[in-house]
Amino acid sequence: MRTIIFRTIAPYLTALMVLFSIFVLLRGHNAPGGGFIGGLIAASAIAIYGIACGVTAVRHALVFTPTAISGFGLFLSAASGLPSLLLGVPFLTGLWWTPHVFGAEIPVATPVVFDIGVYFVVVGAISAIALTLEEKER
Amino acid sequence: MEAPIAILVGFFFGGGIYLMLSNSLIRILIGLVILSNGVNLLIFVSGRIFREVPPIIPEGALVPDGVTANPLPQALILTAIVISFSLFAFILVLVFRAYQAIGSDKTPELKVAEPLGGPVPPEGY
Amino acid sequence: MAMPGTVDLARALVLAPTPLADYLVIAPVMVTVLAGAVLVMLRNFPRLQPLIAIAAMAALVANNALLLARVAVSGPITMTMGRWLPPFGISFSADVLGATFALAASVVALAVAVYAMRDVPEGLRRYGFYPCLTLMMTGVCGAFLTGDIFNLYVWFEVLLIASFGLIVLGNSREQLDGAIRYAILNLLATTLFLVAIGYLYGVAGTLNMADLVDRIRGLGEAAPINTIAALFILAFAMKAAAFPLHFWLPASYHTPAISAAALFAGLLTKVGVYALLRVLVMLMPAQRAVFGDVILWVAIVTMIGAGLGAIAQSDLRRMLGYFVISGIGAMLAGIALGSQLGLAGAAFYAVHSMIVSAALYLGAGVAGRIGGSFDLRETGGLYAVAPALAAIVLVLVLAVGGLPPFSGFWPKVLITEAALQAGRWWLAAAVLLSGFLTTIAGGRAFGMAFWRGGAAGTPDGAEALPRPLPAAEMLGLTLPVAFLAALAILIGLFPDPLMSLTDGAALGLLDPAAYIRSVFGGGP
Repeated sequence: MRTIIFRTIAPYLTALMVLFSIFVLLRGHNAPGGGFIGGLIAASAIAIYGIACGVTAVRHALVFTPTAISGFGLFLSAASGLPSLLLGVPFLTGLWWTPHVFGAEIPVATPVVFDIGVYFVVVGAISAIALTLEEKER
Repeated sequence: MEAPIAILVGFFFGGGIYLMLSNSLIRILIGLVILSNGVNLLIFVSGRIFREVPPIIPEGALVPDGVTANPLPQALILTAIVISFSLFAFILVLVFRAYQAIGSDKTPELKVAEPLGGPVPPEGY
Repeated sequence: MAMPGTVDLARALVLAPTPLADYLVIAPVMVTVLAGAVLVMLRNFPRLQPLIAIAAMAALVANNALLLARVAVSGPITMTMGRWLPPFGISFSADVLGATFALAASVVALAVAVYAMRDVPEGLRRYGFYPCLTLMMTGVCGAFLTGDIFNLYVWFEVLLIASFGLIVLGNSREQLDGAIRYAILNLLATTLFLVAIGYLYGVAGTLNMADLVDRIRGLGEAAPINTIAALFILAFAMKAAAFPLHFWLPASYHTPAISAAALFAGLLTKVGVYALLRVLVMLMPAQRAVFGDVILWVAIVTMIGAGLGAIAQSDLRRMLGYFVISGIGAMLAGIALGSQLGLAGAAFYAVHSMIVSAALYLGAGVAGRIGGSFDLRETGGLYAVAPALAAIVLVLVLAVGGLPPFSGFWPKVLITEAALQAGRWWLAAAVLLSGFLTTIAGGRAFGMAFWRGGAAGTPDGAEALPRPLPAAEMLGLTLPVAFLAALAILIGLFPDPLMSLTDGAALGLLDPAAYIRSVFGGGP
């Protein structure tokens, strides 16, 4: 598996896949896509990097441990329900805020925050499992 | 459309249960995965199958007009897939670790927690 | 009032603010998820973790107490997520049953969190004891408070995956072996549960429990509802460890760290009992009557078999596992009878069993730590070393045996009386016999571990006494056990408040009109 071609291409492939996963994540709001599938794409990118360059390199590149990443995502998802508490609507009600930045409308909504949280949960949890399995192989 | 899928669900269940009767852990796991996929299909059929009418409420109306596809099963199935996927990933790691620690994936040899021929309980004070 | 089953669209357009008190229903899940997420992020700060977890559990206890107070006074409350209409959105509905169970569970979790400060070493905390504990409480509270049957499945899985994390803590060979049994059989049980949900959805077309009550009653004989009920019983009996499906419990509960085992023994099987109460008694009363006799015999065999199993054990923790199963038998007996008295007895027994089983495991943990072994043949002389602990454990042993004046006495009275009212004297006899067997096993274990002078083979009153633990460690370990034992005594001496609560819970199950009203709105 660790041929020179694979090792050379893997960082670029990983970068591309992570970029694509973010695209899928943001696209998921009103079209097919979303946090879960985006997270899976990012996690497989991390797994590819792990196969090519070794688990230590991945752990170094991630900075935070994968479980901490999923914890952050869980926090983000749960916290996306909190604004509804302040506005007196039931928990997890979708709330929208559309500020105009340089003339462009940018919709910001709690469902997006929730989805980003799901993305991090999936990235963290799946890459933690993938890295554990890759680590044990050698 | 329901009947063929219902029969397919039956095949999934049969295959899953057959594999789970094996004494090899990895086959039991594959059996569980097939079973949970069968359940997903079952939920899909339970919601009844209609083709090509998206459940979109027309502008100004409060309910969709006419019969549309049921939007709920896909949400249920997605949830079930996510959950069974994560549990399966966990159990895979668990079985792998147990295989490394105990050196076997055959259920008759996994007797560490409950050793055979253990001592008799104390009979008196 | 909106007819259940039809949707009153006008209500979707009402933008009245949700009263703040309604958030009490969702707060248990919110608090534990947020705390769990923070704990996962702070994995490398093992000193900080117990403080956050204990604070979260204390908040949970306070919240659940408020919730119970409110529910007991003004009836069930419901919040439907995301401002959807009830049959479509996921509802969280707290009635007396759910709120009582949630409060008891959070009290047990608080005691375990305090106990684990001393019990779980820092090395193991890094593997995530406290995050798993907190997230498991998310699943437990979610299961007790949800009003949607698919959501119940989701919470089952949440608590299952958190409990996986707890059961393999330490990674020893025994733990891995026990965890495999536990994981595969529980996963199978939840898959069966999902199969039953799929069929139920296919037949009734809804997943909201309040909606299901009327739908199922309207289905009549033609629908395969008996089959679905049988699947539910199978799935929940497996979760609750009832007789033919109990074997995973004694095979796995003695392997994890004692704090984790206490949490499992206290809470997990009771979630299965709760689901049985909610689904079988509230949603499918006619099917409960059909399967009443089956459950009755399962209950009897579970009670007697587990009592005998407890006597046959030489490992303290495995014996306690059989105590847990024996209690499940008594709860099933109450469910099988189905009268208000029987159901109240089952609910009362569940609360008692949560507190006392967890406390017994924790007490056994201290005993094993002093004596150096959980094997009954190798321990002894603990009374001389730790008299206070001996007194506490004696209280717990008597409570689990169902002797007055402790908490185990009253639910047995209720269930026995319900059995006699139903003319099932042999069920009453079985309940009493199981109490007798439990007392024998517990008394023998107490006599061996605490009363006699030393381990088997050493002279009585001997020089070979185990050495006491350092005072601070002993205090930190004994205090949570003493707290739970004090609760058991309090409930035993003043059973009236809990009895009126469980009575109300049973009434709410038999006549869910108030529950349905709280979901679909309408008059008080």
